[in-house]
Amino acid sequence: MPNRYPLWKYLLIGAVVVFGALFALPNLYGDDPAVQISARSGALEEGLSGRVQTLLDEAGISGVEPRLEADKLLLRLADGDQQLRARDLISAELGNRYTVALNLLPATPAWLGEFARPMYLGLDLRGGVHFLMQVDMDSALQQAEERYSEELRTFMREEKIRYRGILRREAVAEDDSGYRRGSLSIRFGDATSRDAALEVLDDEYADLEFSAREDERGSPVAEAKLTAEAIQLERSAALDQNVITLRNRVNELGVAEPVIQKQGAERIVVQLPGVQDTGRAKEILGATATLEYRLVEGTATDWYAAAEAGRAPPNALLYQRREDGTPILLKRQVIVTGDQIKDASSGIDSQSGTPAVFVTLDGKGAKRMQRVSAENIGNLMAVVFIENRVETVEENGELVKKRSRVEEVINAATIRDVLSHRFQTTGLDSTEARDLALLLRAGALKAPVEIIEERTVGPSLGQDNIDQGFLSVMIGFALVLVFMAIYYKVFGLVANLALSMNLVLIVAILSSLQATLTLPGIAGIVLTVGMAVDANVLIFERIREELRNGNSVQASIQAGYEKAVTTIADANITTLIAAVVLFSFGTGPIKGFAITLSIGILTSMFTAIMGTRAIINLIYGGRRRVAKLAI
Amino acid sequence: MQNDELNVRWDVMGKRRAAMVLSLLLIIAAIAALAVRGLNFGVDFTGGYLIEVGYSQSVELGPVRAALGDGGFGDALVQHFGTASDVLVRLAPREGVNSAQLSEQVLGVLRDTGELEMRRVEFVGPQVGEELREQGGLAVLYALIGIVIYVWLRFEKKFSVGSVAALVHDVLITLGVFAVTGMEFDLPVLAALLAVIGYSLNDTIVVFDRIRENFRKMRTGTPLEIMNVSINQTLSRTLITSLTTLLVLLALFFLGGSAIHGFAAALIIGVVVGTYSSIYVASTSVLAMGITKQDLMPVQKEGEELDDMP
Repeated sequence: MPNRYPLWKYLLIGAVVVFGALFALPNLYGDDPAVQISARSGALEEGLSGRVQTLLDEAGISGVEPRLEADKLLLRLADGDQQLRARDLISAELGNRYTVALNLLPATPAWLGEFARPMYLGLDLRGGVHFLMQVDMDSALQQAEERYSEELRTFMREEKIRYRGILRREAVAEDDSGYRRGSLSIRFGDATSRDAALEVLDDEYADLEFSAREDERGSPVAEAKLTAEAIQLERSAALDQNVITLRNRVNELGVAEPVIQKQGAERIVVQLPGVQDTGRAKEILGATATLEYRLVEGTATDWYAAAEAGRAPPNALLYQRREDGTPILLKRQVIVTGDQIKDASSGIDSQSGTPAVFVTLDGKGAKRMQRVSAENIGNLMAVVFIENRVETVEENGELVKKRSRVEEVINAATIRDVLSHRFQTTGLDSTEARDLALLLRAGALKAPVEIIEERTVGPSLGQDNIDQGFLSVMIGFALVLVFMAIYYKVFGLVANLALSMNLVLIVAILSSLQATLTLPGIAGIVLTVGMAVDANVLIFERIREELRNGNSVQASIQAGYEKAVTTIADANITTLIAAVVLFSFGTGPIKGFAITLSIGILTSMFTAIMGTRAIINLIYGGRRRVAKLAI
Repeated sequence: MQNDELNVRWDVMGKRRAAMVLSLLLIIAAIAALAVRGLNFGVDFTGGYLIEVGYSQSVELGPVRAALGDGGFGDALVQHFGTASDVLVRLAPREGVNSAQLSEQVLGVLRDTGELEMRRVEFVGPQVGEELREQGGLAVLYALIGIVIYVWLRFEKKFSVGSVAALVHDVLITLGVFAVTGMEFDLPVLAALLAVIGYSLNDTIVVFDRIRENFRKMRTGTPLEIMNVSINQTLSRTLITSLTTLLVLLALFFLGGSAIHGFAAALIIGVVVGTYSSIYVASTSVLAMGITKQDLMPVQKEGEELDDMP
């Protein structure tokens, strides 16, 4: 019998319909305001959930059932007011050990929430900040070169290799390694001792390539450069370290569901949904502030003499004090750097009543601090506040990187006692103390970062985008439905059924993939709706043609579908090519467009060909006498 | 019987010379507009700042400009966006300063001019703008190359050249309209342009498919006649699909909000031009290259002939 579908095809279509309906369903429920609690490090403590619940009950926020999910505790609240109150209460109660953030939880019923989740909304729909950050790899390399220069000094001293000095030259341009690498020139008294040293150094340092040459004055020099492999390692280490640090900092800010991802070899994407205070977010994410502890060299007379001469003695460095800009000399040797600070918090110094940062050193730092302070009781120790900045600016049509480094002495005090792992530093204002404590806790950036792209969408615009997007999908959809019903009658209604199914399937697939829905993504859905009927138009026009040619009704249906299929496939594959190019090139929102367009093309092939055929077969198939088709 | 086969309702191809002239004029106009006026690139491609704020009531632009001028942002471009209470501020990348903090300063200045909320801030560094420009051009190029290859494999060389001619035609004219009207050209518009390529090609392929089928099936008729028949057979489909697509695009244009305006506009222009080009430009180019029956005879058995048996 013509135009009958085997049972399995109906079952398949039925299964797809059920799948689509189930997975699209969560999107109808919307979100509930929620508060999310996570530990800064380690796991949540036992009984936290009960403690929070009691706290909220006492404050009159009842009916909250804390739910543990992965390493987070989630609290669903009735409205936005309660959400804010609960956040403030909890964060005051739990203090520094926990991050308390505002979040939204899908209001999907539990049975459905088990397996299906609503679509993930992009930043342009839910509001939030998108940053693209460029890691300053040149300064990461410079730091590596400086580190090697220190290592070389120590090594040659220990090995009793006599040399005159090490000079670090900065890179001017990319060399044959493809990177901007600088060089270290080790000067020697004569060529023989240089060549002897080269043999030892070559064996010891696999990451450096050495070459023998003469400097401008003709003295023998061993030049060391990082190998290309070492540079790549340094670069990827810098990128990884920065991602970790940024993640820690974002956690400190208390943002729910942040995205921190590497993009390419030297960039990091940071997305913070729902964050409004972008100023603070930028300050904290881009900050490089850290501390260094050094011993003070000489007395005030020496300091002013050095400032006058504009030059520090060989074993010392010239600094300025932050409070009054007066000069001070510090020893070259660093006692402790910010890297060795394990924990930090801000507060008020009980003696002076000024803001202070309380720091805790790690084992290595504490040991060193203990030894140095024991040896130097009665001497001055200074705290140096360091900040790095890098900016790319356009000057005379050229892009130029500008780096600046601020190093100030914020405090110099006499060592009265042996210091160990915990102590405090004053000399900052309260905001600075708070931010510095946060930065020290989160760890330092290995290399400075620069924000090269920012896209912030406020909550009202996000909501407008959703509303208008939804409205235009609905109106566009309705217009197409009406047109099809009028123009193709029964067949048009069948096509409309398929089109609705297509819309549900797109939403279901987007939801189950947890792909991000953006405003261009919605536009992609709209466009798909318009284009999805194309397959049906092709088929129906073909059927009309066959009927005009005098073929029987059943034969016309059969031929219409069969002849149109290759055309539909060809036409859709080419559109798919454009969508794939769009996806591979595009950034965030554009990718969203490409995704919905691709999914729409695939689902429309299914619904418009198989879906409509199944219904048409049900209506007309198997009947021997169909005089006329309503097409 | 066979004469019947070649009967057409509209002599579409008969007007191909007029269409050719029209297309050439449009293309020349588009190129001239692009050369003289150029595209009004958005911050995505130029780099710089874009700040959109919503005031609680409608606001005059004069005081806003004055406040920005006093705040040291005299070069800011200020305009209403969508409604009289929405204001869009554009700043070029600054020589000597380039900090993401700048947008905070601008917002600070604006806050003194009335009660407002931040709706959107976009900052694109000069290096990113340059990359997006480059990548955007490449994306269009890659899409075209991918399509040439596909059409070549599925159809034939002349068809592949014809479809690309139609696509270049569509892209140029759409760009031309953007140049003439001065509508902003940003990333979403570029995405729309790629979608136009996909759409217009979709149309062209359907026509080609029918031409190929008829070339193989019909015993008589010159290539011109066969094309005329093919275009007639697919004409209603071409127009109906364009119509439904235009319906949703108009909904998007009028209801989708100002953020998506340029995107919808580009697609609307593209769909209209694309529909026209799939009928005239693509087929005319193939014809001009001297397509013959031999070009389209199946190389291997494809089962086509068997299918046509009643």
